[in-house]
Amino acid sequence: MKNDIILQLSIRSIRLNFLRSLLAAIGIVIGVVAISSMGMMGANMTLSVTEELSAMANVLVVKPGSGSSGGGGMMGGGGAPGMGGSSDEDDYISKSQFEDIERTAGKYGLVYPVYQESETIEVSDREGHATIYGMRDEDMASVLTVEEGALPKTSSSVVIGPTLAENYGLTIGSRITLGDEDKNETVQKVRVVGILEEKGMSMDLNSDSAIIMPEKAYVGRFGGEDEYTQVNVILSDIDDADAATEAIEDQLNRKEEEVAVQDSSRMMDSITSTVSTLTTFVMAIAGISLLVAATSIFNVMMMSVTERVREIGILRSIGTQKSEVLRMFIYEAVILGLVGAGIGAVMSLILGWLVVLVMVGTTKFFFMAESLIYVPMAMLIGVAICIFSGVYPAWRAANLDPIEALRAD
Amino acid sequence: MKEVPVIELADVSKIYPLPSGDVVALDHLSVRIDRGEFVAIMGPSGSGKSTLLNQIGGLDVPTSGTLKITGRNIRKMSDEELTSLRLNAIGYIFQKFNLIALLSAYENVEYPYILKQRCNDTTGRVSRLLEDVGIDRRMAEHKPAELSGGQQQRVAIARALVNDPAILLCDEPTGNLDTKTGAQIMEMLKDLHRQGRTVIIVTHDPAVGDQAERIIRIRDGRVEEA
Repeated sequence: MKNDIILQLSIRSIRLNFLRSLLAAIGIVIGVVAISSMGMMGANMTLSVTEELSAMANVLVVKPGSGSSGGGGMMGGGGAPGMGGSSDEDDYISKSQFEDIERTAGKYGLVYPVYQESETIEVSDREGHATIYGMRDEDMASVLTVEEGALPKTSSSVVIGPTLAENYGLTIGSRITLGDEDKNETVQKVRVVGILEEKGMSMDLNSDSAIIMPEKAYVGRFGGEDEYTQVNVILSDIDDADAATEAIEDQLNRKEEEVAVQDSSRMMDSITSTVSTLTTFVMAIAGISLLVAATSIFNVMMMSVTERVREIGILRSIGTQKSEVLRMFIYEAVILGLVGAGIGAVMSLILGWLVVLVMVGTTKFFFMAESLIYVPMAMLIGVAICIFSGVYPAWRAANLDPIEALRAD
Repeated sequence: MKEVPVIELADVSKIYPLPSGDVVALDHLSVRIDRGEFVAIMGPSGSGKSTLLNQIGGLDVPTSGTLKITGRNIRKMSDEELTSLRLNAIGYIFQKFNLIALLSAYENVEYPYILKQRCNDTTGRVSRLLEDVGIDRRMAEHKPAELSGGQQQRVAIARALVNDPAILLCDEPTGNLDTKTGAQIMEMLKDLHRQGRTVIIVTHDPAVGDQAERIIRIRDGRVEEA
């Protein structure tokens, strides 16, 4: 017999009631698996989303602010409204505002202006809508990556995003009709000279489903020369986001809010925070299974105490201290918890991996610390729940009157 | 100088308060038992002998009066001290043997030894005691349920002796045994007395009581004859 005879008694009691103890431990297994799998799923989702979004997180988008009117009196705005009809005719970033932004934020990265409209398009009798961007030639060269073909050189040539190309079956040389005759819009045919590389979700330029044309062509069609829809800043270092935002706001928003700067890293924070909140919520639901397990452990412990009243009486009568009886039952709870949590941890790794694969679509981040941390965390919660459930039965056992306990059958 | 008695009860009362009225189990009872005595406590059912045994065994404390065991007043002891007293000074032998079902015969005897010494028995004391009461090594590996009543009571006697207690308290030790086995157990207890131990037997069986040196008769919680 080992030195700690109290521990030995606990182990033997569990062995004696093996099936009952096993069922109680299975409750903990389920709880640990549920919590850690959900936690790992959330962590993997967050890591995956973060990775996807971090590519676009280094962008500041400067748009006309609430205090801006027609680019302000700085340049006088000017320019005819687009023929295609603009919904925000008076909201634009003027040339001088753009120059201010470029001067202020130029040191943090590439600053470029963008025109944007939505236009009816027609491809081989198929009608639809697409976003039209107008960009300066030099910006197109620095910002856009052409997968097939080349950048447009003439006013009748455009590049298009891969999604638009796929949706309308467009290839190099295809023609797109801009404008709707029925709505008295000027109809213009443009030719596709390049198809861009897929970019994914982005705050600055959603080029995947858009048509991008040179500035001259855009202004020729929609008017509004030097009246930019937005100015984008591609930061060389993402850590400069706050400094660049502050510099732009200090320069342009001194009197009134001429521009609004949107920091995409904040959007990423917001998305990851939302995923985290969802993860916590799902884990809390999974935690309910641990509550059920706690009830089961409590029940098993209470049964163990009730069945062993006489044994407790004997132990107490021959010199076992209250604290030792308490320890004996706490040990039982801890053993059940450790066994349950141990099996749960192994199963968490298997089931968690499957859950992540199915729900997130990739297990690339599964073995990262941020993901695996949920296994020991769930184990700890499982063992803690067991101890918590065992405290009252153990206390009850320790405080039984030895005389009454000896009389029990 | 007069020797300190192992057990001394002076004007001891035990009252159980019940909603229907207090029950007086021991009523101003005074008894003195000296070291090395072999005493039988006898009395009819409900006379208070079990209550007296519980007081002497340190399982319960009197409501009033003084009860000294090996010179220490148990009314002034904490639960922890009372438990230590049961472990170190008292060897209990029960009518129903009361062995721990989870442990083997050997482990049952070793259990109080470990509680006291905080280590396993490496001196061979447990094995010697088991041999002395007629339990061989093979039998000692058995669980209580695998032993006969007589064998269980022998194991219980070995357990009671393992910490060399000052008092051996026996509660109807032959009550669950056949006549022959009961006689063997009584012989064993008499042997222990002859070796100098204080043996106190609670019984309602006159044949058992007659084997003691002295009989204390109790009725209605009072000493009728000592």
